[in-house]
Amino acid sequence: MHILVCIKQVPDSAQIRVHPVTNTIMRQGVPAIVNPYDLYALEEALRLKDRYRARVTALCMGPPQAEAALRKALAFGADEAILLTDRAFAGADTLATSYALSAAIRQVHKGLPVDLVFAGKQTIDGDTAQVGPGIATRLDMQLLTYVSKIVSLDPAAREIVVHRRSEGGVQVLKTQLPALITVLEGINEMRFASLTDMLRAERHALALWSKDDAHIDDATKIGLKGSPTAVSKVFAPTPTNRRAEIIETQSGQPIDLAATLVAKLFSNRPDVALAINPSPTPDGSSL
Amino acid sequence: MSEHFDAIVVGAGPAGNSAAYTLARAGLKVLQIERGEYSGSKNVQGAILYSDALERIIPDFREDAPLERHVIEQRMWVLDDESYIGGTYRSADFSKPPYNRYTIIRSQFDRWFSKKVRDAGALVVCETTVLDLHMDGHRVVGVRTDRENGSVYADIVILADGVNSLLARKAGFHGELKPKDVALAVKEIHFLPEQTIEDRFNVKGTEGVVIEMAGKITQGMVGTGFLYTNKESVTIGVGCLLSDFKKSKIAPYVLLERMKAHPAIRPLLEAGEMKEYTAHLIPEGGYNAIPAVYGDGWLMVGDAGMFVNAVHREGSNLAMTTGRLAAETIIDLKARGKPMTARNLAAYRKALDESFVMKDMKKYKNVPSVMDKNRQFFTDYPHLVSHAAHTLLTVDGMDKKTKERAIRQEFTRTRSRFGLFADAFKLWRAFE
Amino acid sequence: MTSSPAQQKQAPRAAGRRVMKLDERLAGYKGVWVFVEYERGQVHPVSWELLGEGRKLADALNVELAAVLLGSPSDAIRDCCDQAIHFGADLCYLACHPTLKDYRNAPYTTVLTELVNRYCPEILLLGATTLGRDLAGSVATTLKTGLTADCTGLVIDPENRGLAATRPTFGGSLLCTIVTLNYRPQMATVRPRVMAMPVADATRTGRVVEHPVAIVEESIATKILEFIPDDRVAEAQLPFADIIVSGGRGMKRQDNFRLIHDLARVLGAEVGASRPVIQAGWVGPERQVGQSGKTVRPRLYIAAGISGAVQHRVGMDKSDVIVAINEDANAPIFDFAHYGIVGNAMTILPALTQAFTEHLKARKRAG
Repeated sequence: MHILVCIKQVPDSAQIRVHPVTNTIMRQGVPAIVNPYDLYALEEALRLKDRYRARVTALCMGPPQAEAALRKALAFGADEAILLTDRAFAGADTLATSYALSAAIRQVHKGLPVDLVFAGKQTIDGDTAQVGPGIATRLDMQLLTYVSKIVSLDPAAREIVVHRRSEGGVQVLKTQLPALITVLEGINEMRFASLTDMLRAERHALALWSKDDAHIDDATKIGLKGSPTAVSKVFAPTPTNRRAEIIETQSGQPIDLAATLVAKLFSNRPDVALAINPSPTPDGSSL
Repeated sequence: MSEHFDAIVVGAGPAGNSAAYTLARAGLKVLQIERGEYSGSKNVQGAILYSDALERIIPDFREDAPLERHVIEQRMWVLDDESYIGGTYRSADFSKPPYNRYTIIRSQFDRWFSKKVRDAGALVVCETTVLDLHMDGHRVVGVRTDRENGSVYADIVILADGVNSLLARKAGFHGELKPKDVALAVKEIHFLPEQTIEDRFNVKGTEGVVIEMAGKITQGMVGTGFLYTNKESVTIGVGCLLSDFKKSKIAPYVLLERMKAHPAIRPLLEAGEMKEYTAHLIPEGGYNAIPAVYGDGWLMVGDAGMFVNAVHREGSNLAMTTGRLAAETIIDLKARGKPMTARNLAAYRKALDESFVMKDMKKYKNVPSVMDKNRQFFTDYPHLVSHAAHTLLTVDGMDKKTKERAIRQEFTRTRSRFGLFADAFKLWRAFE
Repeated sequence: MTSSPAQQKQAPRAAGRRVMKLDERLAGYKGVWVFVEYERGQVHPVSWELLGEGRKLADALNVELAAVLLGSPSDAIRDCCDQAIHFGADLCYLACHPTLKDYRNAPYTTVLTELVNRYCPEILLLGATTLGRDLAGSVATTLKTGLTADCTGLVIDPENRGLAATRPTFGGSLLCTIVTLNYRPQMATVRPRVMAMPVADATRTGRVVEHPVAIVEESIATKILEFIPDDRVAEAQLPFADIIVSGGRGMKRQDNFRLIHDLARVLGAEVGASRPVIQAGWVGPERQVGQSGKTVRPRLYIAAGISGAVQHRVGMDKSDVIVAINEDANAPIFDFAHYGIVGNAMTILPALTQAFTEHLKARKRAG
């Protein structure tokens, strides 16, 4: 069993600020982290590794600094790590990204057939959730997105059963390998690497792959050239000009503030007040 | 399976990085262990980098280090409630490369330094806390971390784990920190467009300004304020003795808020976006607070060893220099096949004593206690000095001679003539 | 795994440089399509919202608006075709086949790709649901065209008749407008509750175009063993709640969250939360409101101990009335809330619970 995990290094979006004048992203001091959703994917792959003695390969496309993300994957237990890095990939949108990644996976597959590909449900910088489906479609793998649980895996029969989150419920799906799975957050709890693992990860020689290593011959399919979409404008959200009416009372006591607010709400916005429909209390009476 | 290294460095701040880098470059098998997610992850604020200390470790650091602005102008302000009086030193010399001082953003700088450490061949393990030292009798032989299989061994352990060195305390190398020996500094970064910074501070290109502030802003506590210009941001902060914060019951962020509202400071930050607020401890006990810095199988560098020159607000250069000297001591012993005993490691202390580190620390050894015992420096004087300037500079029909007399009278009214002389003498003694 | 920040920064210049003129072979792509999400006899409301939006786009282009429905043959799905027309579609492409009974990626991708290749729409919109994003990602890949996820605004550029899709990026701190270059169709997904629900017009008529499906079940690797419906869990309810009481980091501790629940119970409201609360594990991820959580549009949104970071704001600022409780008078949430109380949420919330209780009692007596 060979499992490949796609991870991405992303700027910690919680710490990103927008330049007040130029409206560009200010990256000063914003740390790069492993996309949090990908860690769930990695852990899920490692659990299968533990159970089925699978081999886990981590794949990351990004600049040379993304090495740190792969070292982390190695420390947690990935056996191999490949950094797909080439200036030719710059400017890629999701279609061009999935092209490059699937080309790399094909090469990995030639060395050791890939049975499962794992990815996070989306990244926190792009939030598109498109690259996973793109890879599966290109590699003709079964696609299982938003997986909240892996119910069973039968390596002999090459079958996997999962819970897939869908609108209004959970689909229990059975499919054939090879498959690509994007996992939901909270599906597992990340392990804590041992010091031995940390040292091994630090010493591990990463595979650095250029586009040629991934056997990408057609440069029109990758990077800016291979991207059907383009950003035409970047701007900050327009600030609303409203400023909250701050409720104040003479006493400043919570109960007076609350009463004033509720009275205001009921008199100024009767339409909203009408929307308040208390559910019956547990004893059956309603308010 | 526990590994054995030539040296283990605990901590990846400037001191730890300097030590690990120097050791690894000399071909030693080095393991560096850092508690944070990466080197610098706990350090988002701006700081000052002194070129000399780093040059001796990485001579060509200017080629790729993330430097913000080189400092061409130093302002010193003494602030009263509504006013300030100050001096400015700006020299064209400061604008000739190689530059002497830079403003840096620590998180970026530390990461860059850490990369250098890795490239030099050291193993760097982050998100790992060293819980204990492994001892063999009196000798330190390794460390125990919070990870599974978490013990590693080495000929020598370098403690570079910062001001609150838990390890040093646990191992009994020094006692609990005394609140009067540490300052609590709070800092913020405010983002401003490059153009705005250039206009407000009268600089261009990568030129920058540092403003040191003292006076009423610390509300009677022993401490100073500071402002550094970065490329696209301004670092502002204030630090006071922890013991004073405790006594005054003023919350550090309140102090910083009030300082930012000062009419001389507010316009400098206007329209900026506050990015990050951090508080951290700075050892300011000076020379007299320096603990034992070496022993059998261990050395202490940087803030852990209280190596901070509070008077000149120098920390990172002392940290880097102590890290380098520690590494050089070890490299020398290794080369001569000598064991890492306290006796042999005494060479580290000797190297410190001969360097500017101990010379400066000694020079100002009395400053902390003088400041501590003479609060008028932070209360009365700022007001007196600034009021004097105000009186002198206000054109109101009073002749200058009368004005000077009035100023003198106000000074002696507040502090007796004897007190004034005594203060001057104490200060002179402390700084000389 | 989309373009990195640096790459997105380069892109605007690139868009100007690259030719926006369409190849002749693409000029034949005409019409706006909305994929109507039909599952278990019901249409996801986002599909109707999209028809409302699609109508505007089609009118701007002076082309037809089509709804696309896939499912197993039934009367119900035919009724939905009529409904789609009432909501603004001019025509309906209908593909009915037993293999399409419930959503599965492979057969849906096959059929939707076939439809597009046959009828060549210039725009294809889908809801940004678990179904829509799964399907859109695959179909955009088989069609080798551009797809913009999670859009909050769609307009036609009058100069080139192209679709300009605006979406939040970097956790919502910025918006970017994305265009599709020399590729068709232009695809986009839109979050539920972002666009307004159109008013149905039962007098509208349109035609239904049936598309034959030739898939055999044996060729589909993925089988649905079971569907476990959500049993009135917050996940299904939050986006459609009329009233939401949300808590943030300012609630300080997990057990303080019961104050949020107390108020929610009195108001018949759903409980929401901001990202730090989810990350701290105080409530489940299904309750997250914001860029990486749910977009909500309730009549009343009460935010307690939430500072109002952009990440949260983009998920809730279309609420009719926003009430904010925060200790920090300078918290950004007061810049877009309607009413604010500056104070400690732990003391204000119980007071609010009491005040609402009394008011509702009075209303009941009166009514």
